[in-house]
Amino acid sequence: MNGSGEGIVVLVPAFNEEETVGRVVREAREALPEAAVVVLNDGSVDRTGEEARRAGARVVDLPVNLGIGAAMQTGYRYAAARGFRAAVQVDGDGQHIPSEIPVLLRALEEGADLAVGSRFLDRPSYRAPALRRLGIVFFGAVVTLLTGKRFRDTTSGFRAANRRVIEYFARHYPSDYPEPEAILLLCRAGFRVREVAARFRERGGGHSSITALRGLFYIFKVFLALVMGTLRRPPGAEE
Amino acid sequence: MFSQVQTVSVLGSLALLLVILEFVRKGRLAEEFSLLWILTAGVLLVLSLWRGVLDLLAAAVGIFYPPSALFLVGFGFVLLLILHFSTIVSRLSRENRQLAQALALLRAEFEEAKERK
Repeated sequence: MNGSGEGIVVLVPAFNEEETVGRVVREAREALPEAAVVVLNDGSVDRTGEEARRAGARVVDLPVNLGIGAAMQTGYRYAAARGFRAAVQVDGDGQHIPSEIPVLLRALEEGADLAVGSRFLDRPSYRAPALRRLGIVFFGAVVTLLTGKRFRDTTSGFRAANRRVIEYFARHYPSDYPEPEAILLLCRAGFRVREVAARFRERGGGHSSITALRGLFYIFKVFLALVMGTLRRPPGAEE
Repeated sequence: MFSQVQTVSVLGSLALLLVILEFVRKGRLAEEFSLLWILTAGVLLVLSLWRGVLDLLAAAVGIFYPPSALFLVGFGFVLLLILHFSTIVSRLSRENRQLAQALALLRAEFEEAKERK
């Protein structure tokens, strides 16, 4: 039952990714034939929704562009309402390799609540642009400092969550550039977050949604959010 | 006797107060958002009319020209108002996000239900 992907949902956030989303969906269905593949179409103005449907995905169309965080949370709400036991995040731009999903799922079976596919753990196949690399290293250091647990690739959006995390993310999920914050949030709420090595691809098409100036803005925004997240009590921690 | 600067500031804050109240009456400004505005205009009006308080205030913080203290108070209230609006905008954008999510999920559910038929 585990290899087929039964009870598992693959969540694919996509904003104007018509060139790549179809391939991501097909590869995900190939990797996990029993899994549901849901594309979170974040207000795209191109043919992302059509391409995803043609490739056989269920599509949740957001009426406006809400940003990756809110789009992701929509996926977790979908997964929570339909009772999936695990959810896997795979970006619609093709940089994540669906055949690597079992690596993440294995980490869940071994007891992790959230498994994060890391670009840098023992298989350094990923070459990122300089600014992006700087962001990765910086947030890795900040999250490591704030959680007391070693993290290398906190910006990776290639993740798998178990049922408890699905329910938690459905209620609490950071906005905008959510990946580092989501790790901090889970650690502070007592969940087990584990990094596992995964292969990544260079972006297959489209354009990164982050320009240099916005990148700088997000670095400050996420840094502030991480510090504030440490200072406030994690939501829902009492249960 | 009213000095020139006092006349201007009295008329100015009175006009502000009247505009605010007129907006509330017409329903262009909701009552709950008007309170801070009314307080701002009211305080400016009182300080303009009642020089004694303004002089005391100016002396207390070391301002030599008392009407400047009026600017200081006004500026403080403007900052407060903007901060207030920022909290409202934050809340609205959070609620807007939740509405968009709910709409998208409902549409997906509707689509699924139609296919099942």
